[in-house]
This record gives sequence, structure tokens and C-alpha cells, in this order.
Amino acid sequence: MKGKITALPVSYRLAVTSRVLAAVLGGYLVAALASVSLTMWLPLARGEAVVTGMMTSFLVYLVAVLWCFACRSAWQAWFGLIVPSVVLAAVSGLAYWMGH
Amino acid sequence: MKEGFRQAMAWLHTWAGLIFGWLLFAIFLTGTLAYFKDEISHWMQPEVPARSLSSEASLALAQHYLEQHAAGASRWLIDLPDAREPGLSVRWQQAPAKPGTRGQFTEKRLDPQTGAEVQGRDTRGGEFFYRFHFQLQMPYPWGRWLSTIAAMVMFVALISGIITHKKIFKDFFTFRPRKGQRSWLDGHNAVGVLVLPFHLMITYSSLVIFMSMVMPASILAAYNGDVEAFYDEVFPASNTPDMAGKPGQLAPLAPLLERASELWSGGRTGSLTVNNSGDANASVILARDGADRVVHDFGSAVTFNGVTGQLLSATPKQAMPMVIAGSFYGLHMGHFAGPVLRWLYFMCGLAGTAMIGTGLVIWLGKRQLKHAKSGVMPFELRLVEVLNIASLSGLMVAVAVFFWANRLLPVAMAGRADWEVNSFFIVWGLSVLHAVVRRGRAAWVEQLALTALLFCALPLLNALTTPYHLGVTLMQGDWAMAGFDLTCLGSGLFFAWTAWKMQRAGQAGIATRPRAKPMLLEQEAH
Repeated sequence: MKGKITALPVSYRLAVTSRVLAAVLGGYLVAALASVSLTMWLPLARGEAVVTGMMTSFLVYLVAVLWCFACRSAWQAWFGLIVPSVVLAAVSGLAYWMGH
Repeated sequence: MKEGFRQAMAWLHTWAGLIFGWLLFAIFLTGTLAYFKDEISHWMQPEVPARSLSSEASLALAQHYLEQHAAGASRWLIDLPDAREPGLSVRWQQAPAKPGTRGQFTEKRLDPQTGAEVQGRDTRGGEFFYRFHFQLQMPYPWGRWLSTIAAMVMFVALISGIITHKKIFKDFFTFRPRKGQRSWLDGHNAVGVLVLPFHLMITYSSLVIFMSMVMPASILAAYNGDVEAFYDEVFPASNTPDMAGKPGQLAPLAPLLERASELWSGGRTGSLTVNNSGDANASVILARDGADRVVHDFGSAVTFNGVTGQLLSATPKQAMPMVIAGSFYGLHMGHFAGPVLRWLYFMCGLAGTAMIGTGLVIWLGKRQLKHAKSGVMPFELRLVEVLNIASLSGLMVAVAVFFWANRLLPVAMAGRADWEVNSFFIVWGLSVLHAVVRRGRAAWVEQLALTALLFCALPLLNALTTPYHLGVTLMQGDWAMAGFDLTCLGSGLFFAWTAWKMQRAGQAGIATRPRAKPMLLEQEAH
């Protein structure tokens, strides 16, 4: 796709940049929040839940990155990351609040 | 990106692979070499004798040496020799001058048979490749971050590559040799699919190894920002008693090995720590060797009172998530692997390296085709070509030069180990210059031919500069030394073959150019 660099419009390049940013930053955010939610909700000892959450987070990151490049538009990529981020943040926030 | 899922994944695979390909190639190659890091170190320090001895005898020698030379130290550390790493190393730490500071460390290598100090030539040995493959010669922690980011990109490239490659099993049995671009792609797919479980394991496990560095959110959340508390809980530090302030006579350490082994149902001790050796409350911590099982356990240790020999504590069994994480760690490191399995690891690593290398070549080959007729290559393609040459063949030259420097630099030279490393990077840098100055095909052929020459001549250089040539090492059965020489010879022959193929493919391209057949995909682009 980028092979024909001269033929590509600016809008296309901006969309690709936006997807890359979504994948790298948004994907990390979703992965980190997923690890926190798992840690908070898994019925395991604290240390074990943390390790499980960290190990799972990379799979979440992977799926998030694939999503960012598989979906139809850059807007959709961001949308598909922001919704799970908000849900995961709420879920971990709830657990945090209940724990205190 | 409206073409559908598989095309989108192909795009992702292509660009993720290109941008991180050069770095990943270097990480994979040096990481593969690190599977033989002890053997490489042995070759690079031929003065250190290769003899295996019982742990008990070595430990008695180490204790004797430390009692003579480090009686007042607050801590002794003893690394026991094993079959692969025959050196006995002792370190000791002086009590810190001020509370809160770290005391001075001293390290010595001992001959495990006589207990005398061994003076090996100053070198990083195989440790250089091991360190480089995750620290990238950068200050802490930037290299670790960059290599972990590269691992995540590798993970994405692997999975998107699998999705792209739809006929994964059918195509696996397809190899079309001498078809230029098609052969490269078949080769890329074959080495990718053949050892796919290895690729997935090695990539995911590298993320697991550095997970608490790159993904600390759950630690911070669960421990209210206290990372130390997490480490204390997951890796329980063996609780050692404070100093009694009364002098005590340290009992012989060697019998403790047997007792630890009983507690571990036969497991070996890898290293020992002795705290406050002259005190009545001296404690001895025996850490288990990682080589006897797959699952790695950082903290697995038993603690004894050094004077009475009373068992003070033993670390509890690992919980399931830690066993899983430990398995990935253990699988990545391959400490448990015997000679056959170690070679298999090495081959799988080379397959991964080859997969990345062929991918980079394919990327350029495809795009060069469009410019084959005009003979003018756009800047970005020329840039990729230079980077391909320098990061693939240039790195091979640098590895060979690293070994040459080990034999050619004077043994007594100041900063010798640093100069070995410097020569590695200087030559790697020169390979970039060479690739810029020379035309693509010529640069490939010349660098590959130089690599071939350097590797083929390494056994000869070894024979000329040390008494440990192949005739001697094969007769003595010193397989680490002989294996190194033979592997260099084999690699040299392989590189000679690739240089020759490259040369011939170039000539074929020129001979058929007037007809400009679109089928000759490997044509020279200049």
C-alpha cells in the first residue's frame, strides 16, 4: 500500500498514522486496564493475580493491535479501543472502591 | 484499507516486519548464539581449564580460599561449576563503610581442581551476545524497553503473518527452488511454519520475562504503588538472622549440598551465599540450579545456620501462575537443555533469524521489480537495501571479527574486553559505509565472501594462537572447543555458498536483461 507513496493522498497517510497511534498507545491502555481488572477480580492471592494479569495483558494488546488495522476506519479503531477502556476502567474502579 | 481482513493483516505484517526487522534480526542472531554462551566463553578464554569436578570438592576449595582471602567480608557468593561452565567463581562483598551504601565487590575465578586463582584473558565471551540480545548495548533500562517493544512487534508480525498465510499446511510442502522471489517467499514460509511453536514460545516468553517492567499497572494497583512489596511477596527473600556479634566457626559447607538436594528431591545447588561468615549467626543460602527442570524459580532456596547447620527456612512451592510464568522463562532460556536439545534450540533460533532475514529480502525484492527496467532506485528503496546489507551480512562480519579480536588482541592489553566489543561495533559500522559505497549486489557478495573467509579461517587462527587446535581438542574430547571450531568452519562454508549463489544470480540477471522477462524476479535493480 505504501509502496506507491507518491500516489497516496494525505488523508490516507493521516489515517494510517492515526491507526498506528491507536494501536500503540490505545492498545497499551486497554492491555494495562485489562491486567488491572483481572488482578482485581480474579479469586487468587494478590501476587498470583498480578502475575496472571500481566501475562494475559500481552494477548489483549495483540488483539487490540490487530483490531486497529482490521477495522474499516481509523475512527472505528479508536472507538473500538475507547469503549473497552472505559468499561475496564469502570470495572477495576469498582473493585478498587469495594476493596477499600 | 478497505480490502478485507486478510489484506489488512498482510499490510500489518509487511510494515511491522520491515520497520523492526533489522533490529529483530540482530536480537534473534545474538540470542541464538547465547544458547551456546558458556561454550563461546570457553573458546574465548582457553586458559580456563575444562574439567568437571564434584561440587563438594569445588565448594571445599572455595570455602578454603574465601577463609584465607575474605574473612572479614559481610557476604560470600560462590558459583559452583557444572558440566557446561567449568569455572568456579567466588565473589565477596565488604561490609559497607556507611549504612545504606553497597559494600565493595571482589570477584575471582578459581581452578576447581587446585583452588588456585585462574587468570583468563579479559573478555566478555558469550555473555556479550547474551547481554546484547536484550540490552542492545544501551544504558539501563532503555535497551530492555526497546527489545521488549521489538518482541511485541514480533508477536504482532507472527500472528498477522499466520493469518495472511492462509494455506498454512498445504504451502508448507511447497518449495520452488531457483524461482527467484517465489523461492524466497517459499523459504520464508517454510522456516516460519516449520518451527512456529518455537517462534510463538520465544516471542511470548520474552514479553513474560520483562512483564513487570513494561506492564506494571496491575502491580501498582494491587500494591498501592509499592513495587517492592510485590517483589518481596512473589520472590520471598530468605530471611536471614542478624549478626550475633559473637565470633563463630563456620562449619564445612560441602555437606549442606547433600541436605539441600534431599529437600529438592535430587535437585542440584547452583550457587551459595554466605552471610557474616565469622559470626555465630552466620547463615548459608543455597540457591537451586535452574538446569534440572524446565520451570524456572528465581527464589528457590534453602537457608541453613552456618555454624550449627540447622535448617532455618526453605522457600514454599510456587503457585500456579508463577509456575506458568516460570515455565515460559525456563523455556526461553533453555538452561535445562542437554546437548541434543541445545542444538535443536540453536537450529530453531537460526530458523527464526532466517525467517526475519528472508522477510527483509522479500520486501525489497518485490519493490525493486517495479524499478528494474528504469534501473533507477528511489531513495527509500536504496535505504532499505543498505540497511538490509549492513544488518544481515554486516552483522555476520562483526560477529566473526569479535572472535578474531579475541585471538589477536594482546592478552595483557588494558581494556581488552572493551576493545573486543569495540571492534565488533566498528566493523558493523564499517559495513554500513561499505554498503553505501558499493552497489547492492556487489556489497552483498563482498560482505558474504568476507564473512566466509573470516569464519573458515577461525579454526586456523585458533591453532596458530593457542595450543588448543582441532587435533588436540578432538582427541581430548573437549567438545565445546572442538564444536566451536567446527561450527565456525561449517558457517564459513555456508556463507561461501551464499556468496557464490548471490554472485551467480547477479550474472544471470545481467545476461538475460536485454529480454527483460518479467519472470526473472531476482533481477539486479541497478
